[in-house]
Amino acid sequence: MAANSVLSEPLIKCVDVTKTYIMGEQQVHALNSVSVDFIAGEMTAIMGPSGSGKSTLMNLLGALDTPTSGDLFIEGRNLSSLDADELADLRNKTIGFVFQQFNLLNRATALTNVKLPLRYSRDPVADIEARAIECLSMVGLSDRMNHRPMQLSGGQQQRVAIARALATRPAIILADEPTGALDSRTSIEIMELLVTLSKQGITVILVTHEEDVAEYAARKIYFRDGVIVADDRKTK
Amino acid sequence: MKLKLAISSAIEALLANVLRSFLTMLGIMIGVASVMAMMAISEGAAIQVDQQISALGASNLTVRPGASRRGGRHSGANSAPPFTDKQVQILQQEPYVTAISARNSGSVTVVSGSDNWATQLYGTNVGYFETQSWGVTAGELFTQRQISQSAAVAVIGKTVADTLFEGTNPLGQVIRARNVPLRVIGVLEEKGQSSFGGDRDDIVIVPITTARNRILGAHKTTPKHVSSIAISVADGYIMADVQNQLEDRLREIRRIKPGSADNFRVFNIADFVRARSSTQATMGVLLAFTAAVSLIVGGVGVMNIMLVSVTERTREIGLRMAVGARKGDILGQFLAEAILLCLIGGLIGSALGVGAAELAANVGGFPISISPMIAATALSAAVFIGLFFGYFPARRAAQLNPIEALRHE
Repeated sequence: MAANSVLSEPLIKCVDVTKTYIMGEQQVHALNSVSVDFIAGEMTAIMGPSGSGKSTLMNLLGALDTPTSGDLFIEGRNLSSLDADELADLRNKTIGFVFQQFNLLNRATALTNVKLPLRYSRDPVADIEARAIECLSMVGLSDRMNHRPMQLSGGQQQRVAIARALATRPAIILADEPTGALDSRTSIEIMELLVTLSKQGITVILVTHEEDVAEYAARKIYFRDGVIVADDRKTK
Repeated sequence: MKLKLAISSAIEALLANVLRSFLTMLGIMIGVASVMAMMAISEGAAIQVDQQISALGASNLTVRPGASRRGGRHSGANSAPPFTDKQVQILQQEPYVTAISARNSGSVTVVSGSDNWATQLYGTNVGYFETQSWGVTAGELFTQRQISQSAAVAVIGKTVADTLFEGTNPLGQVIRARNVPLRVIGVLEEKGQSSFGGDRDDIVIVPITTARNRILGAHKTTPKHVSSIAISVADGYIMADVQNQLEDRLREIRRIKPGSADNFRVFNIADFVRARSSTQATMGVLLAFTAAVSLIVGGVGVMNIMLVSVTERTREIGLRMAVGARKGDILGQFLAEAILLCLIGGLIGSALGVGAAELAANVGGFPISISPMIAATALSAAVFIGLFFGYFPARRAAQLNPIEALRHE
C-alpha cells in the first residue's frame, strides 16, 4: 500500500455500480455491480480487453456519465445528488482529463488550450495566464507556449493536454489510453510525467491495455465482462 | 453563463472561417439594409405628409358654404349662401378658437409697369395669416385699421414678387389688379407647393374689404360676404369634438331648422391629407414586410451554418464539457456566435441601408429620413434574428452528451 494512503475515507468510492446499455432488444451490462475504492495519491492502472467495462468506469469516475444503479462518491460527495451544473463544476475543479487523441483545440496555442479549464472555473483564478504558464513549465513546455497543436509533436501535444488537465489543480487525473497514440519512447516520457504527478499527491487513474504502461502504476485493476477479476497492488 | 468567455470563443470561431462567416452575414446584411432603406423611405414619406399637414395648419378646420337646395333643385358645392363678417365675429367668441380667418378669392391679372401676371387674389382678414402661420420676409402685413379703410394695399407671394419685380425691391411699388392700384407693403414667406400641387406663393393678398368693395365685387345677395372660413383650434381640444360643436354652432348662426340639411361643410384638412397618403403608407408597409422577409431568410442562413458549425465542432463541445463547461456555457457560446454574426452583418447592413436610402433620395427623388431610431430598430431586429435562429443550434450543442461528443469523428 502507498505511504500516503492512510486516510479514513477513500478519495473515490464506488458502491455496487452497475451500468446497463440497451442495444436494440438486448441489455448490455457494461458494469455489473462493481465496488471499488481509489485512495488519494495512488496511481492506478485499469486494464482489460475492449468491452470489459473499463472505459465505462472511467466515464463514471469522470462524472461524464451516471450509473444505472449504485453510488459513486468523490471526496465524500454522492454524484447522484449533484445536478448537471454541479457535475460540470466537479469536472472542472476536481478532475483532469487526458485523452488518447489529446483533444486540443487546433486553432488555439498551447497556452490558450491550457487556459481553457481556468476560463470555465467558477472560483476565479487570479492570474489565469501565470497559472497556465506554470502548468506548461511543469510538463516541460515553457518554450513551446505559443505553438499551435499542429506545430507540436504527438508527445508534446499530450504534454499540453496534461498541462491542461493540471490547470485547475485537480485532485484526480483520469487518463484514457494516454500513450495509445504515441511511440514507445514518447510513451515512457508521458508515463514518467504521470508518475511524477502521482508522487506530488495527485490521484492518477489510467486506462491502458499495455502491460508495460500499467507497470508504472502502484495498483492494477483487471476488468472482464463488467466485473473486476483482479486487483493487484505492488508490494515494496 | 460566462459572457466574456462566450464572446471570445465566438469571435475565435468566426475568425477561424472568415469566408464562411462573411457569406453567412451577407444574408443578414441584405436583410438589414433593405429594412433600413424601406424604413428610411416610408419614414421620409410620413414626415413629408406631416409637413404638408402642418403647412396647411395641423389644427385647422375649414368651413365652406355647402350646396343649396331651392324648390327641389339641388345646386353644386359652394352654391349655398356665403358666410358674413358677422358670422365670423360670432364664431371668434367660441372657446376653442385661437384664430379665425375670413377669405374671399378670385382670379386676377396683376400689372406692374409693362409686365403682367395672371394670379390668384385673396381678400382676407388679419386672422388669415395667423391660421396659416404665414408672415412676411420683407415689409409688413396689413392691419385691422387698413381693413376697415378698404386700403389699397397688398402683400404678395414670392412667385408674384419674382415675376413682376425680378430682383428689384417690390416694397412701395404699385401693382394694378383689375385696374385697381395697390401698393405692395409686404412680401410673404415662401410656402412652396401645396399638397394639391399648386404654387402657394403665386398669390396676392389684400384686405377682405378691399377685395369686396373694389376688386372682386360684392356677393349678389349677401353683403359683407365671406366665402371661406378657417379656424385654428386651441391645443387640448379633440378635433372631432370641435368639428361637431362647430357644426352645431353654425346651424344656429345660419338658422337652419332642425331636420334640414346643413348648408355648409366643415373640413379637417389634415384628415384629407392623411387619407390621401394612406395608399402611400400601405405601400410602405408592404415594402417593409418584403424587407423583413429577406431578413428572415438571412436568419435561416445563419441557423443553417450554425447547425453545420455545431456538427463540425462536436468533439470540441465534448472537450469543453469535459473540462468543466456547463450546458449554459455551451449554449451561450453558440448563441453569442449567432448573435455576433447577425450584429456585425447588421452593422454593415445598416451602412449599406443608409447608402441605399441616400441613393433613392438622390436618384429617385424619394423623401427619406434616417434617424438613430431606424438604425436601432434594424440592429435590434438583426440581434433578435440571431437570438431566434441561433437558439435551436445552440441548444442542440448544449444538449450533446459529452461522451458521445468526445467520440465523434
